[in-house]
Amino acid sequence: MLRSMPAPSLAGKPVNSSIFTLQTWAHRLSAAGRRLLFGAALMASGQIHATEPGDPAKGEDLYRACKSCHQIGDNARNGVGPHLDGLFGRQAGSLEEFRYSGAMQQKGQDGLVWNEFTIDAYLEKPNAYIPGTRMSYRGMRDPQDRLHVIAYLKALSAAPPAADAAANTDIGAEIGAAAMQLEGDVEYGEYLSTECVTCHQMSGRADGIPSIVGWPNNAFIRALFEYKTNVRSHQVMQNMTVNLGNEEIAALAAYFATLEPQ
Amino acid sequence: MPNLTRRSFGLLAGASAASLAMPHYARAQGKPRAVVIGGGSGGGTAARYLAKDAGEDLDVTLIEANARYTTCYFSNLYLGGFRDFESINHGYERLASNYGITVVNAFADMIDREAQEVVLADGSRVPYDRLVVAPGIDIIYDSVPGYSEEAAQIMPHSWKAGPQTQILKSKLDAIEDGQQIVMVAPPNPYRCPPGPYERVSMFAHVLKNKGYTNSKIIVLDPKPSFSKQALFQEGWEKHYPGMIEWYGPDVHGGIVSVDPATGAVETDLDTFTGSLVNVIPAQKAGMIATKAGLSNDSGFCPIDPYSMRSKMDDKIFVIGDACIAGDMPKSGFSANSQAKVAAMAIRGDLLDARVFPAKYSNTCWSLIDTNDGVKVGAQYAPTDEKIASTSSFVSQTGEDAALRQATYEESIGWYNGITADIFGS
Ligand SMILES: Cc1cc2nc3c(=O)[nH]c(=O)nc-3n(C[C@H](O)[C@H](O)[C@H](O)COP(=O)(O)OP(=O)(O)OC[C@H]3O[C@@H](n4cnc5c(N)ncnc54)[C@H](O)[C@@H]3O)c2cc1C
Repeated sequence: MLRSMPAPSLAGKPVNSSIFTLQTWAHRLSAAGRRLLFGAALMASGQIHATEPGDPAKGEDLYRACKSCHQIGDNARNGVGPHLDGLFGRQAGSLEEFRYSGAMQQKGQDGLVWNEFTIDAYLEKPNAYIPGTRMSYRGMRDPQDRLHVIAYLKALSAAPPAADAAANTDIGAEIGAAAMQLEGDVEYGEYLSTECVTCHQMSGRADGIPSIVGWPNNAFIRALFEYKTNVRSHQVMQNMTVNLGNEEIAALAAYFATLEPQ
Repeated sequence: MPNLTRRSFGLLAGASAASLAMPHYARAQGKPRAVVIGGGSGGGTAARYLAKDAGEDLDVTLIEANARYTTCYFSNLYLGGFRDFESINHGYERLASNYGITVVNAFADMIDREAQEVVLADGSRVPYDRLVVAPGIDIIYDSVPGYSEEAAQIMPHSWKAGPQTQILKSKLDAIEDGQQIVMVAPPNPYRCPPGPYERVSMFAHVLKNKGYTNSKIIVLDPKPSFSKQALFQEGWEKHYPGMIEWYGPDVHGGIVSVDPATGAVETDLDTFTGSLVNVIPAQKAGMIATKAGLSNDSGFCPIDPYSMRSKMDDKIFVIGDACIAGDMPKSGFSANSQAKVAAMAIRGDLLDARVFPAKYSNTCWSLIDTNDGVKVGAQYAPTDEKIASTSSFVSQTGEDAALRQATYEESIGWYNGITADIFGS
C-alpha cells in the first residue's frame, strides 16, 4: 500500500535520523498531526524511493552480508550480533543473553522498537542512526535493496529462536579449529591486544573500524583466520594476522571475550 | 647528617623544593617510581599503560610542557577544512583522574642520570627508578639558510602542531586566485614520511574548492622520491590537474636559501616566490634527549630493539620520534606501539611482571581529496641489529572509489582509537 504511493521528487538526501524522534512524539499528537508526521517520516525513509515491492528472494541474496554475524530462522542463536527471530516489534537492545553497546540499550529504553521504518533507517547508515552502535556494517545505500532485505527479515523472523539462544560455540571442522581447541592465555592476549586497540576502540565503539570487544571466542578466531588465509581481504588485517600463530590467536580471542562493551 | 650520599641529598633537595609547589613528587616512598617526559603520542601511551597495568604498585608521573596536546595527525585535515581545530586538541584530565597519574605541567630542563632525577625548569627535581624519554622532535632551523624561529612566524613549518598550524591555516585561507604556494619539503629522517604530500593535497583541495585554479603549488624537495609517491601523483593528476608541481633535487639542484621578507626560495635552478611559503626543515630528537647524552651523531637516540631501552643508560627508555627505530617510520602509530613495549619492560624491571616478546606495528593513512584515502603499513620485530620490518602493504593505484572511501572512514576510526589509547576514554 505504502509502496504504490506516487514518489514525490525529493531534491536532497532523506534525513533518516529524524524518524525515530518523529515516531516517539507521534502518539502525543492529534490524528491530523499524526498523519502529517507520518507523511514526513515516510518521505524521510527509503520506502518512498523504491519502485518495486520488497522481494524476500532478493533479500536473501543481500542478507549474505549480514549472515556472518546475525542468525535468523529456526533455532537461530546469538553470534557476533544478536539473532533476528522475533525482530519486528522487539524493543532495541532487549535480548537478555546478548551484550549490546550502551548506545543500543539506551535507544531501546528511550522507546526505539524495530519495525520496517526503523530497520530501514538503521540499515541505511547504522552509525548515523545509532551513534556508538557496535554493529560495524557501513550501511546499505540503495532503498530498494533495503526493502528486499526487510521483506526477507519479515519472512524469516517469525521462526522461533533456539531454546538456548546464547552464543553458539559448536566447533566443526572449520577454519581455525585448532586454535579453538586451545585454552587462550588471557594475559598474553592482553599484551597482544595492545596492537589492536590503537585502531579498534576498547569502549566497543565502532567509527569506520569495527568493534571487536565481547565477541564469542570462536567467531573471533574464525575472523582472524579468515584474514590470515586471505578469505577475507583487508590489507591492514592481513598484515596484522600474518605472523600470528594458533597460540596468539587463541590468546587474543580469550582476552577480547572477557571485555564488556560500554 | 654524616652518611648523606649524593643520591639521597638530591632526593632531599628535590623533596623540599617540591613540597611547596607540588608536594606529591616524593609522595610514594617505597613504591617504585616511573617517570615519563613528554605527553605526546609515545609518552601519553607509556604513562597510561604503566598506570593501567601496574595499578597501585607503581607511582607514575608524566611531565609535559604544554597544558594541551594538539595532534599533528589530522592537522592536515584541519588545513583542508575536514576537521575543526578543537577536534585535534586533547587534555590530560583523564590520565590524572582515571589512572592516578601525577601530571606535572612543566618543562623538563635536564636529566641528572647519576642521581636518577629529572630537573624541571624551576629547579625542582623528580626522582625516578625508570624513565621514559619521549620529547618528539626539535626543528633544526638553520638546516635551511635564512630560516629561523622568528622566520617561522612568516614562513610556518607547522611540523609541531598548535599555534604553528593555525598560522598556516590563516595564510592558506588568505590566498587569492592566481597566488602561489611554495613548500620546502624536509630531508630524511623526519616525522611522518607521507605528511608533506598529504598537506600539499589539502592545500590543493582548499584552492580547488574556491575555484582558484589559477593558483599553483610548488614543492621543492631535497629527496629524489617520497612516501606513497605513485599514489599521491596519481591523485594529484586526477583531482588537481595542473595545480601541483613537484621538483626533486635533480631538477632544482639544491635549496640555497629562503627570505622571509620577500617570500622567496632560492634554488640552484631558479628563485620561487610564494604568497605562502611552508618550510619544513631537518629534524632531530627533542632537546632534553640530547642534553642528557642519549643521542648519537645522527641527532637521534639509539635503543635496544627488544625493549626500547636506551643504549646509553639502562634505567632510561627512549620512544617515538626521538629514537632510532630501525625500519619503523617516525609516526604517532609507531610511537604508540613502542610505548607499549617500553611500558611492559619497565613493569618487568620494577614489578617482575611477565614480559612477552616485543612486537611493533604501524599504519599511516593519508587523505588526497574528499573520500579518497590511502594507507601504508607494516609489522616489525626486533633483531640484534635493529627493529626490522617483517611484512608490509600499501594501497594500490587505480583502486575503486568505494575502497578509497572505506580507507578514509577507517582513518577516522583510527584517530578516535589512538587518541583514546593515548589520553584515556
Ligand atoms: C603534519 C603531520 C601529520 C602527521 N600525520 C600522522 C598520521 O597521520 N599518523 C601518524 O601515526 N603520525 C602522524 N604524524 C607524526 C606524529 O605526529 C609523530 O610521529 C608523533 O606525534 C611522535 O610522537 P612522540 O611521542 O615521539 O612526540 P610528540 O607527539 O611530538 O610528543 C612530544 C611531547 O613532549 C613534550 N615535550 C618535549 N620536550 C619536553 C620537555 N623537555 N619537557 C616537557 N615536555 C616536553 C612536547 O610538548 C610534546 O607534547 C604527523 C606529523 C605531522 C607533522
